[in-house]
Amino acid sequence: MTAPQPAVGASALFIGFLKIGLSGFGGVMPFARRMIVEEQRWLTELEFLDVLSLSQFLPGPNIVNVSVIIGRRFHGVIGSVAACTGLMLMPLIIVLALATLYAQFAEFSSVRDAFSGVSASASGLILATALKLARPLKQHPWQVGVCVIAFVGIALFRVPLLWLLAVLCPLSIAIAWWRRPG
Amino acid sequence: MNPVLIELAAQFLLLSMLSIGGANAIIPEIHRRAVDVQHWMTDADFAQLFALSQAAPGPNVLIVSLIGWKVAGVAGGVIAMLAMSGPSSVLAYAVAHAWERFRDAPWRIAVQRGLAPVTVGLILSSGYVLTRAADQSWMAYAITGVTIALALKTSWHPLWFLCVAAILGAAGFV
Repeated sequence: MTAPQPAVGASALFIGFLKIGLSGFGGVMPFARRMIVEEQRWLTELEFLDVLSLSQFLPGPNIVNVSVIIGRRFHGVIGSVAACTGLMLMPLIIVLALATLYAQFAEFSSVRDAFSGVSASASGLILATALKLARPLKQHPWQVGVCVIAFVGIALFRVPLLWLLAVLCPLSIAIAWWRRPG
Repeated sequence: MNPVLIELAAQFLLLSMLSIGGANAIIPEIHRRAVDVQHWMTDADFAQLFALSQAAPGPNVLIVSLIGWKVAGVAGGVIAMLAMSGPSSVLAYAVAHAWERFRDAPWRIAVQRGLAPVTVGLILSSGYVLTRAADQSWMAYAITGVTIALALKTSWHPLWFLCVAAILGAAGFV
């Protein structure tokens, strides 16, 4: 089942992920899929989905995990470092430059007011993302229950994340195991 | 080394291993630590940094570097990002190979099914915490609500929402 792998060098990984890093706002995953699967053909659709599901399951920023895993696949440690550095370098420079600029102009009230609008809209974007992700949970009512418990614990009662995860993750995985199909 | 930088690094090294579901899932925990426990910034500062991270190109984990920047300047921004990405990247590197072998294992499917609703609950919490921090007027709540509705119903680019909201804000409506 292993198709012959294309040879991808460390510099190609660096440049590829540099483009991905600059391609989106507030998240770049859709652009990552397009470049890796459709444009460069580094991975097939299925291989990419596999990498993505691992990246989401593991802790850490998802796209950083994707860059580490794909970098490793083609070029070991050097590939991972090249891909990850390519991904983060420019966005980090840009956002820190923007922050420095913002700090200088924040005394002008119109700049602060503009960002009050942006932050109201940005929180709406996150809620919309969460609601989209919540749709498939409806098939399994117990998943809705787990989701509600996580929300009530973190958002309303401000329980420290470590405690919540330590209790809820094993419980939820146990239910999933018990209700597994077949 | 500056003690604030060490504190920042320690906080984000731990958060790196807790961020199941990615950067968007740990925003309430970052908020709890940065605003409530450490008193590094106010609610409004936090909301504005998040807005800034959305208005810049790049992955959504950039919010972490802005928290670091607010606390300890550019060095803080870089340290926070390295700490946030370090432990989880080492783990991803270590387990990537084994994962492919267990593609269809029942335990792997159970783990994914079990973690999915936790992740969704955490991201919903992020939206809630950000809305409470950002929205100080009925107009702000209206912008949040309209953004949710349009983001669910249309496939418009998110930058349009942010641009229109910025104009409304600058015009003094928010």
